[in-house]
Amino acid sequence: MPDSPIHTNKRFEQETRRLRDMIIEMGGLVENQVSLACTAVIERDAIAAGQAVEQDPKVDALEREVEQFAIRLLALRQPVADDLRHIFAAIKITGDLERIGDYAANVAKRSLVLQHAPLPFSLSGLSHMAVLVQDGLKKVIDSFGEHDIAKALEVWRADEEIDDIYNALFRELMTYMMEDPRNISSCAHLLFIAKNLERIGDHATNVAEIVYYASMGQPLAEARPKGESSALLQTPDRAGEE
Amino acid sequence: MTSMRSHGRARWRRVKNVFALGLGGVATVIGLGFLAWILVVTLVNGLSALNLALFTQMTPPPGAEGGLLNAIFGSAIMILVAMLLGAPIGILAGTHLAEYGRSGAIAEVIRFINDILLSAPSIVIGLFVYQLVVRPTGHFSGWAGAASLGFILLPVLVRTTDETMRLLPITLREAALALGAPQWRVIVQVLYPAARTGLLTGLLLGLARISGETAPLLFTALNNQYFTADLSQPMANIPVVIFQFALSPYDAWHALAWAGALLMTLFVLVVSVGARIALRRRVG
Amino acid sequence: MPESMPLALAEAGPRGAAAKMSIRALDFYYGDNRALKNVSLDLPDRQVTGMIGPSGCGKSTLLRVLNRMYDLYPGQRATGEVLLDGENIIGPGLDLNLLRSRVGMVFQKPTPFPMTVYENIAFGVRLHERLSRTAMDERVEWSLTRAAIWDEVKDRLRSSAIGLSGGQQQRLCIARSIAVRPDVILLDEPTSALDPISTLKVEELIDELKQDFTIAIVTHNMQQAARCADQVAFFYLGEVVEVGSAEQIFTAPRERLTQEYITGRFG
Repeated sequence: MPDSPIHTNKRFEQETRRLRDMIIEMGGLVENQVSLACTAVIERDAIAAGQAVEQDPKVDALEREVEQFAIRLLALRQPVADDLRHIFAAIKITGDLERIGDYAANVAKRSLVLQHAPLPFSLSGLSHMAVLVQDGLKKVIDSFGEHDIAKALEVWRADEEIDDIYNALFRELMTYMMEDPRNISSCAHLLFIAKNLERIGDHATNVAEIVYYASMGQPLAEARPKGESSALLQTPDRAGEE
Repeated sequence: MTSMRSHGRARWRRVKNVFALGLGGVATVIGLGFLAWILVVTLVNGLSALNLALFTQMTPPPGAEGGLLNAIFGSAIMILVAMLLGAPIGILAGTHLAEYGRSGAIAEVIRFINDILLSAPSIVIGLFVYQLVVRPTGHFSGWAGAASLGFILLPVLVRTTDETMRLLPITLREAALALGAPQWRVIVQVLYPAARTGLLTGLLLGLARISGETAPLLFTALNNQYFTADLSQPMANIPVVIFQFALSPYDAWHALAWAGALLMTLFVLVVSVGARIALRRRVG
Repeated sequence: MPESMPLALAEAGPRGAAAKMSIRALDFYYGDNRALKNVSLDLPDRQVTGMIGPSGCGKSTLLRVLNRMYDLYPGQRATGEVLLDGENIIGPGLDLNLLRSRVGMVFQKPTPFPMTVYENIAFGVRLHERLSRTAMDERVEWSLTRAAIWDEVKDRLRSSAIGLSGGQQQRLCIARSIAVRPDVILLDEPTSALDPISTLKVEELIDELKQDFTIAIVTHNMQQAARCADQVAFFYLGEVVEVGSAEQIFTAPRERLTQEYITGRFG
C-alpha cells in the first residue's frame, strides 16, 4: 500500500520512525561488517578482519535494543494493520541482521586462519559471490527504508544467482582438494566462508520477504527460488559409500 | 511572588467582595425578616387561639364561642374532590404531552396555553366556575368549590408531569420498546415507576397550592355556618372563614381566624417539606 | 477452550455461515439527510459482527434499522431490504413488537427498569409468553445464568435493579434481552460506560452467547472489535467501506481508508 498520512498520535509516528531508523542503522552496521569480512578474505586484510569481529557485539546490542523497543510499542500502542506488520517486520529483520552479523564475524575469523596459508588458485569466484551478496544486502536494507517493493523483489530473485555461484564454488574447491591434499585445510575454510556468504544471501532474501509482507499485507506467493543444491552434489566415492 | 501592584488589586477585589456580600446579606435579612415576622405573628396569635374546641365545634354566630370543624371538614373534602378530579386528568394530559406529542406543534401550543393557565389569577378561575356551575344551578355549592380548585390544580399537574416525564432518559423508553413492549405498557409499567417521585412531588405541590386558595372559593363554595357533607350545598372552608372572620369586629372570630391561619400555614409547610424531601430523594 | 482457539479463529469469518440477517442496498434518511448509502451486509448466523467507524458514520443508525427503532421518530425512513430469515422487515404491515422480540437490543448506557431484578427479566417475557410461576422462575434463572450474572444477583432478585453496579446493570440488560429468546442481539457500544473488568466480563459473555444468538456489536473500541468479532465491517460517511474477518481487517485491510482509520491516521 502506498504511504499513508501520518498518525494522529505524533509520538507514535515518531516511535515508528525511530524503529525504522534503528533497523536502518543496524543494517548499515551489518553491511559494513560484511564488507570488512569480504575484504579480509579477498584482500587478505587482517585489520579489516579484526574490525569485522569487533563489530559483532555492537550488532548484538542493537538487536536487543530493537527487540525491546518493538515489544514496548506492541504493549503500549497495540498496533494493527500496517503498523503491526511493520513492527513485526522489524523484529524479524533484526533477527536476520544479527545472524548476518554472526556469519560475517565467522568469515572474518576464518580469513585470519587463511592469512598465511598458500592459496595456489584464484579467489575470483568467491570475490564475485561477495560482490553479489553485499549488493543484495545493501539493496534489501534500502528497500526496507524506502518501502520499495520492487527492490525487495529484485533481491529475492537474485538469490538464485548467488546459489548458483555457491554451487560452482563448491565443485571448484572440491576439485582443488582432490588435486592436492595440502589444499584441504584452506579449501575447507574457504568452503565454510562460501557457505556463510550463501547463508547471508538467504537471510537477505528473508528480509526481502518480510519487507514485502509488511508493505503488502500478504506473504510472497511465488515459489521461492531454490538454487542451493550442494547437498545433492556428491563426489563419486561418497556416492559409493552410500 | 506577587508584586505590589497585583497585591493592591487583590485588596480592591477583597473590598468589593465584602461590599457585595454585605449587600446580599442585608437583602436576605430584610426578605427573611418579613417572612419570619409573618410566621411569628401567626404563631403567637394562632397558638393562643388554639384549643380542642377548634376541632369539635362549628363556626359560631357573632358574639358566641365556637370552632372550625365545619370549615376544616369542608376544606378537606373539597381539596380531596379537587385532587380526585384534577389529578388523573392532569397526569394523563401531561403524559400525552410528554410521550405522544413530544415535539409536535400542537403540543407546543398546549404547553403555552397551559403555562398561561398556570399563572392565571385564581379569582378569574373562581369567576369562570361561578359562570359555569353556580349560575346554572342557582346556588353556591361544594361541587363548584371543588371544581374551581381542580381547575387551579390541573395546569400544575400537566406541567410537572410533562417536565418529569421528559426528564426520563430516552433510552429507558427505547429499552422497553426494544423488548417488543407496546407504548402504553412502557408508560404504565416502566415510565410511571421511574417518574414516581417526580409525579408525587407534583401532586404535593399542587395540593399545597390549592389548599390556600381563597378567591375562587368566594365565588363558588362561599361559606356555611353549619356542618354539611353535602357537596351540592354551600360549604364552609378555612380560607373563606379566615377572610370573613378577620374582617369582622368580633374578638372571638378574630381568634378563630388566627387559629385557621396557623392550621393552614402548618399544613402547607408540612406538604411543601414533604414534596422537597421526595424531590431530593429523586435527585440523589 | 484455549486449545480450540486457533481452529475457531481459522474458521471464523464471513464465509461459511448462512446469513441470519441480510441487508441489501439499504438507504436511510433523517429527514433529507441520507445517513446510510446503499449499505449491503450479511450478519452470519451465530457469529459476531463488529461495526466500527468514526462517529456519525452510520453504524448505530444501521442497528436502529435492524429492529425498526427508528419508527419512533417521525421523519426517519429506510429504503431497500433487510431480510430476517428471508423476510423483509422494512416496509409497512410488520408487527413491530414481534420483530423486536426476535431482534433484541442493548444500549450504550445500562437501562435497568425501576423494578426488581426479577421483574426486569419477567417484564419482557410476559409481553410475549404466558408462563407459569415455576416456568417464569426457570426462565429468569436461565437468562441471568446465560448473562453470567446469576451468582451475583440470586440473593437479591427481589430488590431493586437500580442498586446494581454499572457492569451488573449492563449484564442484567443483556439477560433481559436474551430472556425473550431473540434470534439476533444488537449491542450498541455496550461497554463504553463500563470499567475494564466489567468490559472484559461483557466481552466474555458475548463470546458465550454467540453459540445461540447472532450478534451485531457497534463499538468505538477497535481492540474490542478485534477481540469479540468474527466479522468486522468498517463504516465511513454512511457507507460500508470494507467487510472482512477480524483477522483480515486488523492485519491486512484491503482498503486504504480502513487502514488509516484503524491505525489512527485519520483526517
